[in-house]
Amino acid sequence: MQDLGIRVLFMGNNFIRLLGGLWITIRISLIAVAFSIVLGILLGMLMTVKNPITKAFTKIYLEFIRIMPQLVLLFLVFFGLTKSFGINLSGELSAVIVFTLWGTAEMGDLVRGALISIPKHQYESGAAIGLTKWQVYRCIIIPQILTRLVPLAINLTTRMIKTTSLVALIGVVEVLKVAQQIIEANRYTVPDSALWIYGTIFFLYFFTCWPISLLAKRLEKKWKTT
Amino acid sequence: MAKQPVLLEAKNIIKDYGNGQVLNDISLQIHKGEVIVLVGPSGCGKSTFLRCMNGLEQIQAGQILLDGEVITEGKTDWPKVRQKIGMVFQSYDLFPHMSVIDNIILGPVKVQGRDKKEVTEEAEKLLDRVGLLDKKDAYPRQLSGGQKQRVAIVRALILKPEILLFDEVTAALDPEMVREVLDVILELASSGYTMLIVTHEMQFARAVADRIVFIDGGKIVESDTPEAFFTQPKTDRARRFLNTFIYAKDGEKLTSDSY
Amino acid sequence: MDTEFIAEYIPLYIEAAKLMLGIGLIGIVLSLIVGLLIALIQYFKVPILRQIATVYIELSRNTPLLVQLFFLYFGLPKAGIYISSEGCAIIGLCFLGGSYMAEAFRSGIESVEKGQEEAALALGLRKGQIIKYVILPQAISVSIPALCANVIFLIKETSVFSVVALADLMYVAKDLIGLYYKTDEALLMLVVAYLIILLPISILAAVLERSLRYAGFGN
Repeated sequence: MQDLGIRVLFMGNNFIRLLGGLWITIRISLIAVAFSIVLGILLGMLMTVKNPITKAFTKIYLEFIRIMPQLVLLFLVFFGLTKSFGINLSGELSAVIVFTLWGTAEMGDLVRGALISIPKHQYESGAAIGLTKWQVYRCIIIPQILTRLVPLAINLTTRMIKTTSLVALIGVVEVLKVAQQIIEANRYTVPDSALWIYGTIFFLYFFTCWPISLLAKRLEKKWKTT
Repeated sequence: MAKQPVLLEAKNIIKDYGNGQVLNDISLQIHKGEVIVLVGPSGCGKSTFLRCMNGLEQIQAGQILLDGEVITEGKTDWPKVRQKIGMVFQSYDLFPHMSVIDNIILGPVKVQGRDKKEVTEEAEKLLDRVGLLDKKDAYPRQLSGGQKQRVAIVRALILKPEILLFDEVTAALDPEMVREVLDVILELASSGYTMLIVTHEMQFARAVADRIVFIDGGKIVESDTPEAFFTQPKTDRARRFLNTFIYAKDGEKLTSDSY
Repeated sequence: MDTEFIAEYIPLYIEAAKLMLGIGLIGIVLSLIVGLLIALIQYFKVPILRQIATVYIELSRNTPLLVQLFFLYFGLPKAGIYISSEGCAIIGLCFLGGSYMAEAFRSGIESVEKGQEEAALALGLRKGQIIKYVILPQAISVSIPALCANVIFLIKETSVFSVVALADLMYVAKDLIGLYYKTDEALLMLVVAYLIILLPISILAAVLERSLRYAGFGN
């Protein structure tokens, strides 16, 4: 039977269903990344403010989010919010909230790092050639920050896609859950389908994340030398 | 003085990085006990030539002979050869994670398998000779550039090489530290070491060299005694090169005899 | 908040934490070994093994641990390969962590100046001796912050071990929520447990990083 196991992929619309499941997690990732970039830029700027109270709050937020496993955060929102506040959140919505919180922390830290990495004389020499403050930002600071930030933000996307696989554990029907359904349905006709299905998912994730990683790496290299 | 045997010899060396020849048919004999100084404009190939002599750079054609034996054909055991050809670099390259004494004894203990205690004693003697015995337990980052370079010289000496290569060893130093390093090399020269030196310090070159070899464009242009080279260079290129060192109108820098 | 409930079930969490840390520790140590081996393979440019290492790193870094574990635990038995829950967890963690550790070691090795290798060559040291006495001691001290970050990352990743039927912290928490509906208590203990485990490690990592940045050999 072993050589036939792979046929389960081509039965009915199984493969399409798997792709559909994968799309669920990718969609969550993309939404969370979009929010994270916007909120992360704000957080990053907030973190460079010298006010000690802002500093303390952002620091605690950052550290807590980064130290907790993302699955714990998912549990906190999915089970915790439901119980404590009686809000019934769907798994998907919980996931978007959690991954936005997490992505914002990661992005905020990256933005802060990029901001403080611009040496002070860059601002000064901009002013010295007669640019206005806004021109200094637009022509000198922001382009430098972007070249530093874009590869890192792209990297965050692959991390996000990998991490959103966790939503399977709070009951979101994504690619692993679809896989379980397919395996269950073919339990007697294709007993070894699990090997092929999970192997397929492994490579589905790989071929989703790999090109994005390559892109990030290429941009990083390209912008490093200039 | 009777001519000593040839210790290290380059025969028609050609080195090519792929974008034009860096060394173009260079031949040079270094006799035992001889001090040869290579001079020439930046990028002329003199450092590359030096690095070819102990196999840090590969040559495309030609031969290198050590004690009459060809070392660039077949499978060269470079680690063995390099114990006979010591080298000191411009950037000192001491190992930052080791104390001065550990830097020095690493080679003899690990490469030559000599007794650690005996080597340590010898290292201390050499350190004393360059005036750094009190720094033996210091780490490189605690030393000045000149001190680091003197340690690097000791590190090369302790392997008892037959010849020493110096690659612009004072180029990275602050001006006030140049002297302390050059003095060590002068002292080595007077005690009979065979040396091949690349330097931009012309007065030093004149003082230390038995022979000056002027390289330009990957070729040996002149080879002469220091006296002849510095007072009556035979070629236009050498004259132009030497002129770049003259600031005062009477050529004060060239003729002063601080050494 | 039901304090009695908390007191009653704390031992369950302690057991789970022990299990997780035990497996995590083995996985992390193996990751370090795999990572170092791969970094050395890349440094020495070992043919074939080097290409395999590249493929492995890309596979490992671009797939989630959860999916790796599903394949190991549910997929492989169908090919006649049965691995215990603990075995799957360790292999999975090592498969994931090996590539991250390799990257940390690699960037450490690359940070060592080229002159160091040349100076060692000029002393007559052989390649193996150079890596052992000159490159690695310097590379590792540069790598330590990244290695620490990886350790924290891997401990966090152990939170998915419940999918291979290991009674880890997440498993216990979910159990208590499901059985007794004591959500607040279960989640509180979960968060506290992870804080107790991860906070000291991350503080230690921060201290290490700072002391490495401001000091160096000879201080």
